[in-house]
Amino acid sequence: PALGLFLFTIARDPLRIIILIAGAFFWLVSLLLSSLIWFIAVRASNPQDEPLQKGLLIFGVMFSVLLQEVFRFLYYKLLRKAIEGLVALSDDGCSPISIQQMAYVAGVGFGLMSGAFSMINLLADSLGPGTVGIHGDSQLYFLTSAFMTMVLIFLHTFWGVLFFHGCEHRRWWEIAAVVIMHLTVSGSTFCNPLYVGSLVPSYLLMASAAAWAYLVSGGSAQNLRRFLLCK
Amino acid sequence: MITFMNNSDSEEEPCNERTSLMSAESPPVPSYQDGPQASEAGEAQAHRKRRTGGSRSPNTVADREMSDSGVPVRESALENEEEELTLKYGAKHVIMLFVPVTLCMIVVVATIKSVRFYTEKNGQLIYTPFSEDTPSVGQRLLNSVLNTIIMISVIVVMTVFLVLLYKYRCYKFIHGWLILSSLMLLFLFTYIYLGEVLKTYNVAMDYPTLFLVIWNFGAVGMICIHWKGPLQLQQAYLIMISALMALVFIKYLPEWSAWVILGAISIYDLMAVLCPKGPLRMLVETAQERNEPIFPALIYSSAMMWTVGMAKPDTTTRGPSQQTWDAAEAGRENHRSSSHTDSQMSETRSPASTRPITSSEELEEEERGVKLGLGDFIFYSVLVGKAAATASGDWNTTLACFVAILIGLCLTLLLLAVFKKALPALPISITFGLVFYFSTDNLVRPFMDTLASHQLYI
Repeated sequence: PALGLFLFTIARDPLRIIILIAGAFFWLVSLLLSSLIWFIAVRASNPQDEPLQKGLLIFGVMFSVLLQEVFRFLYYKLLRKAIEGLVALSDDGCSPISIQQMAYVAGVGFGLMSGAFSMINLLADSLGPGTVGIHGDSQLYFLTSAFMTMVLIFLHTFWGVLFFHGCEHRRWWEIAAVVIMHLTVSGSTFCNPLYVGSLVPSYLLMASAAAWAYLVSGGSAQNLRRFLLCK
Repeated sequence: MITFMNNSDSEEEPCNERTSLMSAESPPVPSYQDGPQASEAGEAQAHRKRRTGGSRSPNTVADREMSDSGVPVRESALENEEEELTLKYGAKHVIMLFVPVTLCMIVVVATIKSVRFYTEKNGQLIYTPFSEDTPSVGQRLLNSVLNTIIMISVIVVMTVFLVLLYKYRCYKFIHGWLILSSLMLLFLFTYIYLGEVLKTYNVAMDYPTLFLVIWNFGAVGMICIHWKGPLQLQQAYLIMISALMALVFIKYLPEWSAWVILGAISIYDLMAVLCPKGPLRMLVETAQERNEPIFPALIYSSAMMWTVGMAKPDTTTRGPSQQTWDAAEAGRENHRSSSHTDSQMSETRSPASTRPITSSEELEEEERGVKLGLGDFIFYSVLVGKAAATASGDWNTTLACFVAILIGLCLTLLLLAVFKKALPALPISITFGLVFYFSTDNLVRPFMDTLASHQLYI
């Protein structure tokens, strides 16, 4: 689905592609930094201590989430500057791409990168021979991973929209809500392999984020109805 | 295998010249070249079609035309327009370069992942005589540095040689050299490549069919690259050639040497293009002085052909990677062509100007493109291919390097728009790529692996 999003909405406009790749880049940098921190922490600690490792991992995850949001903010700042530049360049004083579109594309960029990093090794391994869950792990590993990745990508997209909207209108509570949602989703994955604990809340959160983003972008129930009936 | 390598070594001279990106605003020349300025001056309607960044809709172009026709020439407007134009290179041209670079990388990565031939160590090139099989780290490092020094000096020598030839107008020699090398590349390497691919997929093929296929491929390639041909086909061939070269590099360069070479080459690129006495800079300037296209060679032009099938007389500006096959000399040279976005279609423009307005409009559209040297393609692909081949984090590292390179390319193009002269395309991208490769491989991979094993998501 993310690929579909990409093809239909982004691939047409080169500016969007650039924003997408830059978004992915920012996510990557945030990941780099957070893994650096984790790595240092792990090296500095005792590798034999299981609960400590687990604790460090959790710490690493949380830290990474926070860093991602920081980078999203930085990216927002950069895009603001870019928009000013584009406005100055254009003929009629308006930018060829609105901040909302940028928010959307940035969100997709983050999401794609995050999804790619989560899934791709899995996919590569799944091409080879083997049985899933042979050591007593869940047999639904691949399926749930796929669903989780998809939900994460969508969530990143919506968070992007919400985040930028919050920054634009200076509504700090929106930004805080995004961060908290992200933390919740990541936290819920700690319940894996008890999948009901992680997938269900994530999907619920995604639905709510989707609705919120839609409302924020100016949609409304009316528009929706008109769109659906217009068939 | 070693003897085979020696033979092909002496033959294969992948000449990648330095890559540089040059802006389209070349020194003042015939009015036709000053497309934007001319249109500012309100000249013929034909000149109005400015290339705009892809983000601009056709409407803005039309609007500009109308506004121009009504307004007298103003100096300030001229400058503004000029700046806008160069900055609008922006999105569209970046994408025009993204696509081929991406394609090349995809081809290389796909081959590396599937065909095992290219990751086996079957000997080294003669340009990297020091082996890396030594037990101690220090020795290995030393060997790789020595290898790099040899390789870079070979490149420098050959580049200087090429520039000298160009300066003294030994065009025939250069042409012959290029033709010979592209011939070798198209036939020999394709043969090897096809052989390996067929081996991997266990497809049986008889020699006559193979001969026919390769002959057709090579012949069409030669024609397309050195003479006229549809733009897309030529671009496809250039991509194929770059991918093949990159594969050869990946196979035959020992591990650490490859990384050190990549680093050294980007530094060399920086110097060769920016220093006043740098060979590539001299090359570009000489070409501009003489108002000629830089080489029947090594650059990839992204100029879009708006009119399909129009025989363009300016095919000389695009070319294959320069493979100099100096049979006599056992050195391999790497020349990377300078890429430039100069509208050096000047001499090709003059015949065009006599044509009716509509076609000249079309011509104008298609000629404003960004040009990137093939060596750039090759080294980008080498970086990504090596990441795919040797990284244990597999796809994550490859993906990270890919994104890093694309961002580097974006930044370089941005700088190009700002500086308006030939720029080296390698340093930024390669630096990003290297940084990301090493950091992803060592830092991110353990993190992601641990996360994945617990199925945690960040």
